[in-house]
Formats: sequence, C-alpha cells, structure tokens
Amino acid sequence: METLLIILLLLMIAGAIYALEAKDLLSAVVSFGIVGFGLVICFLLLQAPDLAIVQVVVEVLVLVIMIAVIINTTREEIKEKIPRSTYIYYILGFIFVVGFIYLFAVSIQGLSEFGKHSTRMATEYIKNGAVKTGSMNLVSGVVLDFRGYDTLGEITILFTAVVGILTILRLKGRKHE
Amino acid sequence: MKGMTIIVKKITQIIAGPIFLYGLYIVAQGHLSPGGGFAAGSFIAGAFILLVLAYGDKLRHLKTEEFESSLIETLGILFFIITALGALLLSIRLGFIPVFFKNFLTKGIPGNLFSAGIIPLLNIAVGMEVGGALFTIFLEFVIRSSKEGK
Amino acid sequence: MTLFILCITLFCIGLYGVLVKRNLIKIIIGLALVEYSINLFLILIGYIKGGKAPIVEKAAEGGIFVDPLPQAMVLTTIVIGVATTGLLLAIAVRLYKKYGTFDIQKIKELKG
Repeated sequence: METLLIILLLLMIAGAIYALEAKDLLSAVVSFGIVGFGLVICFLLLQAPDLAIVQVVVEVLVLVIMIAVIINTTREEIKEKIPRSTYIYYILGFIFVVGFIYLFAVSIQGLSEFGKHSTRMATEYIKNGAVKTGSMNLVSGVVLDFRGYDTLGEITILFTAVVGILTILRLKGRKHE
Repeated sequence: MKGMTIIVKKITQIIAGPIFLYGLYIVAQGHLSPGGGFAAGSFIAGAFILLVLAYGDKLRHLKTEEFESSLIETLGILFFIITALGALLLSIRLGFIPVFFKNFLTKGIPGNLFSAGIIPLLNIAVGMEVGGALFTIFLEFVIRSSKEGK
Repeated sequence: MTLFILCITLFCIGLYGVLVKRNLIKIIIGLALVEYSINLFLILIGYIKGGKAPIVEKAAEGGIFVDPLPQAMVLTTIVIGVATTGLLLAIAVRLYKKYGTFDIQKIKELKG
C-alpha cells in the first residue's frame, strides 16, 4: 500500500517535470493530465471515494479547457536563451530547495506518522455524525451540516469566478495592430 | 466549431443520457453513498459538454450561448441561501433554537431515501450551482473563443 | 514520512514553474500542481491504517473510519481550483489577444 503510493507519487513527479519542461504546449498539457489522474488513484487508495469521483470529472474538464485555449491561440513554447553567467542562480535555487525541504521535515515532527492519525476534532463527527445529521455519508454531513458556512463561502467563490470569467472574455479591448 | 464524425455522434446519442441519469442518481443518494452535490454537478456538466463537443454549436442553435446555464447557476445559489434562511425563520416557529443552517426537518430513519432533514435539499442546490458554473465556463471558453479567434 | 517528503517535492516543482517559467500557460500549470500537492498532503494526513471510507453501513455500526474532516475541506477546494484555473486562463487569453504572445517578458516591454 505504502510502496504503491510512493511509486504513484514518483510517476506524478516525473509527469510534472515533463509538463514544465516540454517544448510543445500541447504535450505539456497532456502530461499535466498524468498528475491529475494519478491523484485520482491516490484518492481511491486513501479511502476517499467522494474526492475521486469529483477529481476525475474535473480533471477532464480542465484538460478540455486548456486544450481549447491552446488550439485557439498558439502551441509554440518560447525559446529561452540561458546566459552563461547564471550558474550562481542555479546554485542558489538548489540551496533554497534543500533548505525548504529540510525546514518542512523539521516542522512535521509534531504530526503523527502516516497511517497513525489520531482524530481529535473528528471524533465527535464520527461517533455522533450519523445520528445528529441523519446522513449516512459522513462527508456529506460535515460539508452541508456541521460546516455549512464553508460551503456557502465556496459556492460564492465559484459564482464570483464565473462572473469574472464572463466579464473578462466579453470585454472589447483595443485592437492590436 | 464543427461537430465530429457520425460514429462519435451515434455513440454520444447512446451514452449521454445514462451519464446525465447517473448524475441525478448521485445527487439523490448523496446522503447515503459516495457522491453528493459536487460530484453530481460535475457529472451533469460532463454530459452536456460531451453533447456540445460531439455535435458542435449547431446543437440547439446556441445563439444565447450561456444564458440558460448561468441562469441555472444563479438559481442554485439562490436556492441554497433561501433554504438556509428558511431554516433560520422556521426553526423559531417550530420551537428550536434559531440557527442559520438549522436542520429543522425530521431526520427520519438513517438509511432511507427520505431522511437527513435538509441535507438532500442543500445537495440539490449545490449540484445546480456546480453544474451550471462548470458548463458556463466550458461554453465561454470553447464556443466564444473559437467564434472570435482566427 | 517518505510520502510527505515526496508530496512537498511536488509542491517545489510547482513553485519552480511559477517562479522560473516565462510562458503564461506553464505558470498556470505550476499553480495547479501546487494546488494538487496540497490536496494530496491533507488527505495523507487524515489517513488511518485499516480505516474504511467514512460511510456508515446500515447494520454494522462501528469500525475504524478515516478522518472525514480533511476530505470535506478538500472536496470544496477541488471545485474552487477549477474556477480559479478558469479565471487565470481567461486572463491569459485576453493578454494573448492584445499582445499576440504568452511571453511575460515581452508583455512587460510592450506597454500601452
């Protein structure tokens, strides 16, 4: 189980690196799909079927939108010329990443290990959630009953984003000559 | 945007209906089995996206492109807020402590289809909202930008 | 512990894309990678070994469940992620129509 997750994560990392380094934008978007669908399998293995259902549909949607954008504009990657004198930046970036991961590893010492999580707040939800809300699906109960305000905020953000997209794409800007 | 070949159109005719019905099933069973409003909204939007991609914008003469889907989305968020406010107002009358999002309907027997108070109603509202929003985003990107671009 | 480190590596790759790349589409892909890695990290924290998916069976009460709280939070995050990605792509399309390129350095030079 844990080895399977490690293999999946390594595959996702490989897909992510190729997505950022590909010369063609279309192949970059397609290999970005590796990360999303790998995430779906991770959710299924980690006992989260609700998330897997949502993620698999949403990932297809994001890929369709990205491919539509690329087909309507351009698929050529910008040719970047890397000057010789930028080795110092690579070294600095490497040091930064190593320091970042080290700080992360120090800061998660307080967390319990993988698979040995102790539910503090959710103990009440698990014990009495089905009786209090009447919902057999505990995730639905938490989303819509215990944490209804979060869902209200979430759908407000969704509404605002859609209004923003409609506004931005309908604007008539000055023509580029 | 043009449609696809006859094979894709025929397959789409057969499977788009079951996908839509599966979305409705998920939103109805959201408090019993995995799923709920978010998943159901994505499924319903997916069924319509499949139809538009296969048939092109000749389908239903998409002139007022995203008017109806954004109307559904707006109605979804309105329904959500009205249910929450109604729970606040009706719980005073029914003798509960008045709280926003109060689950004032009867809980029923857990496991039945008609149970869990207002959770199925809120699930329907969230499903409308998410489905309308995702389909509006899709239409705006694919139909409009292929009409204006190039 | 290895899983957490791999997860933060994915985060770092996304951050690299946001900071270094000059193409707008690549920057958006980097942001989406950051979001995915955070989702995965939250779910990894909530996992309990041998736990079942948080759905109460009809007859058999009891048994260990995985934590439903991170799952509920991540469920909303995924849908918000689509909306924000769509908004960023809309801005990218507008910029392309005005300047004819995705290169942020050229966009910075071509003012007006």
